[in-house]
Amino acid sequence: MLRFTIRRLLQMIPTIFVVALLIFIIFSVVPGSFAASLFSDGRADADPELIARINREFGLDRPLWERILTYFGDLLRFDLGTSFRTRLPVTEMINQRIWASLELAVAAMVFAVVIGVPLGFMAALRPGSVLDTVTMIGAVSGLSLPQFWLGLLLMMLFALHLGWLPSFGYGNGAFRNLILPAIALGVTPLALLARTTRAGVLDVLNSDFIRTAHSKGMSETQVVRWHVARNALVLIVTTVGLQFGSLIGQAVVIEKLFAWPGIGSMLVDSVAIRDIPVVQGTILVIVLWFLVINTAVDLLYAAIDPRIKQG
Amino acid sequence: MMRTLSLAAVLSLGTASLALAETPRSGGVLNFTAPYGTSFATLDTQSSPTIQEHFLTFAIHRSLYSWDSIGNKPVLELADSVDVSEDGLTYTYHLKKNAVFHNGKPLTADDIIFSYQRVVDAKNSMPGARYILTIKGAEAFAKGEATSIEGLVKVDDNTIAITFNSTANPGFPLMETGTVILPSDVPLEQQAINPVGLGAFVFKEHVPGSQIVVEKFDKYYEEGKPYLDRVNIIVMGEGAARDVAFRNKEVDVSVLGPAQYQDYLADASLKDHLLEVAETFTRNVGFSQTKVEAFKDVRVRQAINYALNSDLIIQRLARGKAVRATSWLPVGSPAYDDTAVPYPYDPDKARALLKEAGYENGFEFSITAGPNESWGMPVVEAMIPMLAQVGVTLKARPVESAALSGHVTSGDFEAYMWSNLTGPDPLTVLRCFYSKTPQSSCNYTAYSNPEYDKLYEAALAERDGDKQNDLLRQANNLLQVEAPVWFFNYNKAVMAYQPWVHGLVPNATELALQPYDEIWIDDSAPANRK
Repeated sequence: MLRFTIRRLLQMIPTIFVVALLIFIIFSVVPGSFAASLFSDGRADADPELIARINREFGLDRPLWERILTYFGDLLRFDLGTSFRTRLPVTEMINQRIWASLELAVAAMVFAVVIGVPLGFMAALRPGSVLDTVTMIGAVSGLSLPQFWLGLLLMMLFALHLGWLPSFGYGNGAFRNLILPAIALGVTPLALLARTTRAGVLDVLNSDFIRTAHSKGMSETQVVRWHVARNALVLIVTTVGLQFGSLIGQAVVIEKLFAWPGIGSMLVDSVAIRDIPVVQGTILVIVLWFLVINTAVDLLYAAIDPRIKQG
Repeated sequence: MMRTLSLAAVLSLGTASLALAETPRSGGVLNFTAPYGTSFATLDTQSSPTIQEHFLTFAIHRSLYSWDSIGNKPVLELADSVDVSEDGLTYTYHLKKNAVFHNGKPLTADDIIFSYQRVVDAKNSMPGARYILTIKGAEAFAKGEATSIEGLVKVDDNTIAITFNSTANPGFPLMETGTVILPSDVPLEQQAINPVGLGAFVFKEHVPGSQIVVEKFDKYYEEGKPYLDRVNIIVMGEGAARDVAFRNKEVDVSVLGPAQYQDYLADASLKDHLLEVAETFTRNVGFSQTKVEAFKDVRVRQAINYALNSDLIIQRLARGKAVRATSWLPVGSPAYDDTAVPYPYDPDKARALLKEAGYENGFEFSITAGPNESWGMPVVEAMIPMLAQVGVTLKARPVESAALSGHVTSGDFEAYMWSNLTGPDPLTVLRCFYSKTPQSSCNYTAYSNPEYDKLYEAALAERDGDKQNDLLRQANNLLQVEAPVWFFNYNKAVMAYQPWVHGLVPNATELALQPYDEIWIDDSAPANRK
């Protein structure tokens, strides 16, 4: 198990390296610079001297290869650089915002798992029933709805018309502020989980060993508990892992809509003004999060199904 | 003065005048929105080049001058009076004796010297440096050639003499948010964590990406102000979300976009609480006279102004949230000519001018523009068929917002569409068409006209404010005839406010920035605000 874990962790290193290199090169060649973006809204006349000074200060006047070497040198020391805009270390800025993003991602995932998995399970146990039909229509709708639009609908309904919940903001971490953004973000994974769980459970239910279990006289409850649930779990865990890993990236739109102070909204701001160190750092953290979750899922597989570890 | 005042008043509905008629009520909380981003970059607002941070600046800091939105001019803020030397270059300010910083330190001349030196020091790359460079000796200090700014002389703790490089009104540069006065006894690093200023509110809390909370400063120098106990400055970059929050009464003000503007006008419960003002921004298309041969001919530039149905574009695309532009200076400018009429829509005249200029078969050019709904690609797309009608082929060259200024300042365009700051100081903004102003600075179209230069130089030398404005008015009228750009519109900024909010002013320099110390809420406010 230890060797398996170490191997999976080592496999993350080249991925991170390639991602970091790609982000660096892409944002070095796209048009626009931080200094020039300061004048983009036309609120001040361009100041060539200030632009030159800022470019010099942040080393943007140096050749690309030199900047890449500096960047990777810093990265090896876990230094993500300094924000052009705030002049704060990027790690400090991410630390200020990542917890709100994680809080949102966890809440959205809990919402998705708690509702999606049981729904999918029940739908699979009664295929063709009203519950199954309604669940699947709901799942397809959930997958099709743009998050931004769904978020607005939730705001209109629960904040504006019913007045039950605030429509925006962090509210110093109040639970009621978390509900709407978590639902808006959680609906897509919920729908996917419901569909995947249903498919996985149906697949297991049609397996030979389930028929064998029935023929041995096991009750329906015992079969579901001991054979169906455990075997469907691999697929469910995979879906949960993939969705959970990508939720922080997906949260960009929701964070902006609900004025949620996570790294997603920080990323949007930073791209718009070409605050490259923050963009690079934030994307790296999102990628790292995805990789860590996937690695954790792989390790979990090994625990659920020893054949994977042996393979 | 009355003229500019009336223009501002005409464009505003339900303004401070209403507030003046009532007795302000003290106490309560205001939920204000900061709509230009999803966070505040820094709390050290003197170092911030972006407008988002200035929502905080207005609460906790003060500059030597401030903008009087009703009088439409800069006024003394931190001084009770000023004496001007005979040559008009040296201003001796008698500072307010009751002005104290939030840490209890009284304002002195040393704080002004300390703040201006910090701003102009080249090592700090401060956005406000250009304003301090109007002071004599500031450039030498900025370059490290002097240890102090020659033009800043402390007479005593409460008196400072400032000598400027020109006789231009120092109120314009020294009212800017980049020139706020900081206490000399507080380490500058602390300004980014726990900012200390002279403003009506004290910094209380910053939740990154969410909001800033400021609370009433009991020792504020304005007697009886501020009225509010607390202001929550809430980050709300998304217009649709702001709309829901406003309708849900969670926020007290909201800046509206074109689509929302029409919705609010159509809603009986909202339309009476809109504050409108023509801001000091001119949306325009600049014609490169170095890249496109045809643009060297004034008749071609005029033809484009005649060929475009600006009113139709404003009505359909800007949804009426714009004021038709006549020339470069906006409606609220003291040098604006209110007898001027914009170019009429006249395709026949455009064709005739093109023929006269030798372009009867037309020509082709591209416009570099960002995605902005009011001054970007949607407008360029509307221009294409209008120009095709007069034989001119227009091609769209879309770029991302962050890249637009880079293209324009480097001269990488045949034409560009932009929204440019055109006020409040006409002398500063008309510099952008002075032939000695570099293209990379703000003479983006490389405009050069000896007649214009003569008028501008005469205005620069003129000390009498009215005469100076007359000269600038003539220069602006000449620009209209010369048409170095397509004069599209002046932004009409619209702010919706809740009925219980009073004291908002039609700030033409930026409507979203409001004097928090003037604002108060009445008894009809929800319980959690009172």
